[in-house]
Amino acid sequence: MAITDAPKIVTARLGYTDSHTLERYLATGGYEGLRKALTMTPEAVAHEVDTASLLGRGGAGFPAGRKWSMLRKTAITYLVVNGDESEPATFKDHLLIERDPHQILEGVLISAYALQVTQAFIYLRGEFALGLERLQEAVNDAYAHGAVGADIFGSGFSLDVVVHPGAGAYICGEETALLESLEGKRGFPRIKPPFFPAVYGLYNEPTVVNNVETMANIPWIITNGGAAFAALGAGRSAGTRLFALAGHVRNPGTYELEMVKTTFRDLIYAPVLGGGITGGNTLKAFIPGGVSAPWFGPDKVDLPLGQDEVGEAGSMLGSGSVVVMDSSTCMVRAAWRITKFFARESCGQCTPCREGAGWLERIMYRIENGDGREEDLDLLMDLCDNISPGVAWPPQQTTICVLGPSIPSSIASGIRMFRDEFLVHVKDGGCPFD
Amino acid sequence: MSRTGGAPLTDESAEELTITLDGRTVVARTGELLIAAAERAGTYIPRFCYHPRMAPVGMCRMCLVEVDSPRGATLQPACFIPVADGMVVGTTSEKVKKAQDGVLEFLLANHPLDCPICDKGGECPLQDQTLAYGPGESRFVEEKRHFEKPIAISDLVLLDRERCIQCARCTRFASEVAGEAQIDFAGRGELVEVATFPTEPFSSYFSGNTVQICPVGALTATPYRFTARPWDLDQVESTCTTCSVGCRVAVQSSSNRLTRLLGIDSDPVNHGWLCDKGRFAYESVNGDEIDASPTEAALADVEVDVAPATAAQVVSLGVSRGQFMGEAHETGRFEHGRLVEPRVRKSGELVPVSWGEALAAAAAGLEGARDAGGPSAVAVIGGARLTNESAYAWAKLAKGIIGTDSVDAQLGDGLPAELVLGLPRATIDAACAAPLLITLAGDLREELPVLFLRLREAVTGSTSLIEMAPTPTALTALATASLPLRPGEAPLVARALCGDDAAVTELTTHPEGSAIDDAALNVARQALAGRPGGEGVVVVLGRPSYAESGDVVAEAARVLARALPGATFLPALRRGNVFGALDMGLAPGLLPGRVGLESGRQWFTAAWGAAPEATGLDTAAILSSMAGAAGVTALILLGADPLSDFPDRAAARQALSAGHFVVAVTGHPSESVDAYADVVLPCSVAHERPGTSTNIEGRVSRLGQKLTAPGFAWPDWMIATELAAALGADLGVSSANDLADELRVTAPAYFGLTPAVLHSSAAHDGILLPIGAGDAPRADVEPIDPIALPGVESVEQQGAPPRSGSAMGDGVVQDRIATLGSPPALLAGVPASEGGDGVHVPPADNYALRLVSTRRLYDAGSSVTGSPSLTPLVPPLVVRANPYDLDRLGATTGDQVRVRSARGDLVLPAQADDGVPRGAVAIDFNVPAGPEAPGNAVAILIDSRSPVTDVRLESVG
Repeated sequence: MAITDAPKIVTARLGYTDSHTLERYLATGGYEGLRKALTMTPEAVAHEVDTASLLGRGGAGFPAGRKWSMLRKTAITYLVVNGDESEPATFKDHLLIERDPHQILEGVLISAYALQVTQAFIYLRGEFALGLERLQEAVNDAYAHGAVGADIFGSGFSLDVVVHPGAGAYICGEETALLESLEGKRGFPRIKPPFFPAVYGLYNEPTVVNNVETMANIPWIITNGGAAFAALGAGRSAGTRLFALAGHVRNPGTYELEMVKTTFRDLIYAPVLGGGITGGNTLKAFIPGGVSAPWFGPDKVDLPLGQDEVGEAGSMLGSGSVVVMDSSTCMVRAAWRITKFFARESCGQCTPCREGAGWLERIMYRIENGDGREEDLDLLMDLCDNISPGVAWPPQQTTICVLGPSIPSSIASGIRMFRDEFLVHVKDGGCPFD
Repeated sequence: MSRTGGAPLTDESAEELTITLDGRTVVARTGELLIAAAERAGTYIPRFCYHPRMAPVGMCRMCLVEVDSPRGATLQPACFIPVADGMVVGTTSEKVKKAQDGVLEFLLANHPLDCPICDKGGECPLQDQTLAYGPGESRFVEEKRHFEKPIAISDLVLLDRERCIQCARCTRFASEVAGEAQIDFAGRGELVEVATFPTEPFSSYFSGNTVQICPVGALTATPYRFTARPWDLDQVESTCTTCSVGCRVAVQSSSNRLTRLLGIDSDPVNHGWLCDKGRFAYESVNGDEIDASPTEAALADVEVDVAPATAAQVVSLGVSRGQFMGEAHETGRFEHGRLVEPRVRKSGELVPVSWGEALAAAAAGLEGARDAGGPSAVAVIGGARLTNESAYAWAKLAKGIIGTDSVDAQLGDGLPAELVLGLPRATIDAACAAPLLITLAGDLREELPVLFLRLREAVTGSTSLIEMAPTPTALTALATASLPLRPGEAPLVARALCGDDAAVTELTTHPEGSAIDDAALNVARQALAGRPGGEGVVVVLGRPSYAESGDVVAEAARVLARALPGATFLPALRRGNVFGALDMGLAPGLLPGRVGLESGRQWFTAAWGAAPEATGLDTAAILSSMAGAAGVTALILLGADPLSDFPDRAAARQALSAGHFVVAVTGHPSESVDAYADVVLPCSVAHERPGTSTNIEGRVSRLGQKLTAPGFAWPDWMIATELAAALGADLGVSSANDLADELRVTAPAYFGLTPAVLHSSAAHDGILLPIGAGDAPRADVEPIDPIALPGVESVEQQGAPPRSGSAMGDGVVQDRIATLGSPPALLAGVPASEGGDGVHVPPADNYALRLVSTRRLYDAGSSVTGSPSLTPLVPPLVVRANPYDLDRLGATTGDQVRVRSARGDLVLPAQADDGVPRGAVAIDFNVPAGPEAPGNAVAILIDSRSPVTDVRLESVG
C-alpha cells in the first residue's frame, strides 16, 4: 500500500488563494463539465454518474447514481444539497464550501440537469459565515455568468439555486430534519418509512438530497467520464475521498486520497499526510468515520480506506473524519465528551435518544469524575442496548433517526476496548490521566 | 401521504386484508394503522403520543413492535405504520418487551416521581403503564432535570415542564385540531419543553382539551388543580348543555360538588373535544360559598382576582378582565350564587317563603291575569335550559292547562321556530362531508365552539366553504369565498349568491357601495353552480348579528331554501337545549314533537284535553304587549333574564316595569328576577337532574344527574306539576319517567324513544329523531383514547333504567297512540314570512352606521359570571369600526367615542378594524361596559322595533 498519484478530483484548485472566485474557476476549466453535460441527454449524464460508482460522501455512502435512477421512476421536484456539516472533527465540506464553491455549484447544476429539476436548495450550516458569504457570492456570480438561472448557457435548461443557512442544530444534517428545517419547521427527523425523501421529500415532493462533497465530484466525472472515476479505488469504493484527520497527529488536516488504495496507517503516519503521532506517544485508538462510528484499535490501522472494508471490520467510513487518540488519552473522558455532544444535540423528539443520551452523559460524567460504580458499566451497556438493540454495527435502533444509535458507539467502544480503564476510574475514584 | 394528514380512525368501508399478529391471523383494513388494527383484534399496544383523532408522530416509541421485513424483523412504531397484507407482527417478543421497558425507563428518568401530589396520580397513563410494562425499580440515580414550575401558559392551564414527556399531544391538538399553533416545542435534547410564543399567550377556547389528553400531570387546569384525588371522584355520563352542540361528557363530583368535566368521544358529535366554557362552567353550578356582605374594600380592590366571586359581583355582571366593576347589590337573598329558596315579593323585597306559599302566590297571580284577560293574558318566556321532559311539562301546563300559545323559548336571539323545524335538517357529519358548505351565521368559534372544530376539520379537507358573516370569523381564512353581510343585507346577498344580478345591483346602492367583492362573489357562484339545485349543499343557519331582526336572516334562509331545493340545513341556534324546547312546543304556533299548532290541535286536544285556540306571541311581541295597554299581564320566566337576554334592553325594561305579574323559575339570580319578579321558584340546573336533551341536529341524548340540587330547589317539571295543582289542574305525571313515557307517545317526532332505545349501547352517540331518519348508531362504546378518559369504563349509564314489563310496553304505546287518533304530520317545508312579502329594511343613509352585534364565548351569561375561572376572560367591550369611518370622526383606536342610537347611548373605546364593512360598527353582544352599563351593554342601543339599528358615532370630550 502506498499513497497513490491519483488525480486530485475535488481539491485540485485549492492551491490558489483566489480559488473561490469565478475568475479562477473559469481559468481552471470551471463550468466545462456543465457545458458538456448540457450537450448530453439527462439520461446520459445520469448514466455517467452511475458508471462512476460514486458513493454519497455524507456518511451513509449510498451510491449517488442509484439514488438518482431510483428516483427517476417518478419525476423529481427538488434537489437539496446538504452542507450542514457539524459533527465534531468533521471539516471536509467546510473546506470545499469556503475554498471552491463554484465546484459545488457546478455539481448541483449538472445533477439538476440530469434529474431535470428546476429548483435546488443548498442548506448550509449556520455557523459557516465565510462559507455562506462565498457560496452566495458564487451563486450570484454564476447567475451573472449565465450558469444559473433561466436558459443556462442558451441550452434551454433553467435552474434556480437558493442558499439557506441553518440555525445551529446538528440534527438538521439528518436529511429529513434538514427538509423540515428548510420548510421552516422545527428540525425533527421524519420517520422512514414512509418519509424517504425520494418519495415524500421537501414539501412532500420527491426530492434528491446529496452531500456537498458528492456534488463536488460531479464536474470531474462528467469532464473525464464515469469510467475514469470508477478506475480509481477498488470494489464499491470508487474515486477519491476527502479525509478530515484530527487528533494526536502532527499534521491534522483534510486530505484527498484514492479510496481503498490507501490505508489508515498511510493517513496517520505518512510524512506527507498525518506525519505520525504527536509527542512521541503511541496510537491508542482511532475513530475511522466520525464520532458516530465505533472506534478501532491499533490492530485495525492497516485497514484500507474503503467503505466496505471498514464496514466489514465493524465500523464505518462515515463522514471521512478520522480522529486519532494517542496513549495519553483518557478513553472515559473521550467517550464522555462525545456523549455530551449527542446529549446536547439530540433533537428531543423521541424518547430513547432524548432521555437516553442525557442519562448516559450523566453516568459517564460521574465515572470520569470519580463517582462511578462498577455496575455502571453494565448499566451503560444496557441503556445503549435500549437505544440500539444489540449494540452492534450496522446498528439497529429504537429511535426515529440514526442519531440514536450513534450515541452508544463511543461508550460501547470504550467499555469493550478499555474496560480496565473504566474500572480504574471507578476503583481509584477519579481519572488516572488527571 | 402527509406528515400532518393521517386517517387515524378505521374506515369501515376500506378493503379488508389480513395480517399475522402474534401468530394469529387477524383481519385489518387498508390504510388502518397497525396500533388500531391490533386494538380491534384485542391486542392493546401501549402508547403515549398516539391519539386516534390526530396525525400520528411516532415520537414516544412506547408502541414499538416487531415487524418482519425483507431484512429481518425490525422494531417499528405501531402507531405510525399502516397495515399491509401479509404483514407479520410480533408484540410480545423479548425484543419488543425490552424496547418497551427501556422506553418506559427512559421516560421515568427525568420524570419527577411526585405522584402523591400530582393531580394525575391515580389516573395516570404513565403510572399505569409503568405498573404494567416497566421495570420494577429505577436505575436512574442522577439528578433529574429541573425547570421552574408550574408556569401559567394561559388563564386556565398550568404547565409543569418537569413532568412533561414530550408526546406532542397538546401541541398537535393546538395546531391540527384547534388551528391555533400557540404552543410548540422549544429547546433541544432533554431540555425540550412545551412553550408559548413570547408575545402570544395560549389563548385558545379549547385549551382544556390539552389538559385532558395530556398523558401525565404536565398540564393541569386551574379549576381542578388540587381539588380532588381521582379515586374519590364519582362520575356520570351526560351531555353538555352550555350550548346546543350536545357534546358528550363525563361529569365528575366529590362530596356533592362538581369537580371536573371530561369530553367523551362521540363520533357524530364532538370527537371527544369540549370548549373551555363547557368544560369549566360547572363552577357556576357549584356556586361557591359567598360572603353575604362584601366589604367596600373588597369591591374597591379592582386589581385583585377575587375568587370565589361574591353574589354581589355575580349579580352585577359588571365583570371584565378580572376587574369587578359592578355596584354592590343587596346580597342577603342568595346562597352559593344560586337561588335555592322560594321567595315572594313583599313590600318590594323578595323574602323567603314556603313552597306552598310561593306556589299559591304564583297561581293566584296567573289566575287573576287569566280571569281578567283570558288565557292569552299569560305568557311564558324561556325554557331553553330545561330538559326535554321538563320542557314538555311546561308546554303542557302553558298550552294544555293555562291555554296560552304565547310561549317562547327563544329570547329574540333566535329564528322563527317553524322555519327551524321545517327546513330539511342536516347532521354535523353531513355538514362535514358536504362538498360545499354555506355558513349564514356569526362566528361559530364564539357561539358553538365544538361545531367550529368539526367544520374546521372539514374545511381544511375537501369541503369548500362560502361564508356569509358580518365580520371576519375564525373560518374566514379557510373559506373559498367570504361574503360580508352589512346589517339587513343578508337576503340580498343570498339572492346575489344564487345568481340574481338585480340583487348585486341593489347592493351597490348603499352609500358606501357594495360590501361584497365581485371576485369573491364569482368564486362563490361558481362553487354553487357545481351543485345543481344545491344537491349536497349544507347551510349552517344561525344569527349573524343580534342587532338585526331574526326575520332578516329568516328571509335569507328562505331565499336559499327556494333556490337550493337539494340543500339541507344545520340550524345554529346557540342556547343549551333550545332545540329540545322547540321540539317540546315551547314556541308560538308549535306543539310538542315538531308539530304545528293548527295541524296538531286535534291530536293534543285529545291527549291533553285542550290546546290553544290561536297562535300566540313570540318574545318580542310578549314584551311589547306587556309594555302596551292590552294583552299580556302575567309573565312566567323559565330561566330567562330579558334585561340581558333580549337584544333590546329598553323594550325589556318597559315590559317588566309596567307592573304586571312576573313569576321566575330560575336557578341563578339575575337582574330581571332581582328587580321585577313577584314570585321566585328555585329550580335545579344542569347536572342536578336526569333526563334528555336535543342538539342542533335533532339528536336526543341523555343527561345524567350528578348532584343533589341545593336548598329547596326543585326540578322544573316538578314545579310545573305543582303549579298546575295550585291552579286546580292535574298535569297527570308524577316523575320525569312519567313525562318521558308520555312524550314518546304524544310528541310525534319522539315516537319510539323508549327507555330501551335510550339505554341501548347504540344510544352512546344519542338517537337522531325521528327514529329511522338518521345515521346508523355506532354500537362500539369503547373509549377511542383511553388516555384522555381514564376510568371511563366505570361511567354509569345513569337515567331511568330500562324497565321490563313496563305499563308502557310497546303494545300499550300503540294502543295509546290509537286512542288519540291519527298523529299529525311533522313540520316540513319552508313557511312563508309572516307578512308574506319578506322583510323591509330601511335604506342606509350617509350619516348613520348600522350596528352589528355578535356573540363572544365568554360573556355576561350566568354560566360565565358564576364561574370564577371564566369571569376574567370576558373581553373588554369596544366599538369596532372600519378605519375609514373612524377617520371621518377623527378618532383612532383607543379613543373614547359615544355610540348613540334611537334607544340610548354608550361610551366605549374605539377600535379600528378592517374586517368591519364601511357603514357598519360592531359591538359584542352580552358583554358589560362597566358600572354604567352592566350585563348586556349593547342591548341599550339595539332597537327591536326596526329590522336594523342605526347608530352615530360622536367624539367625547
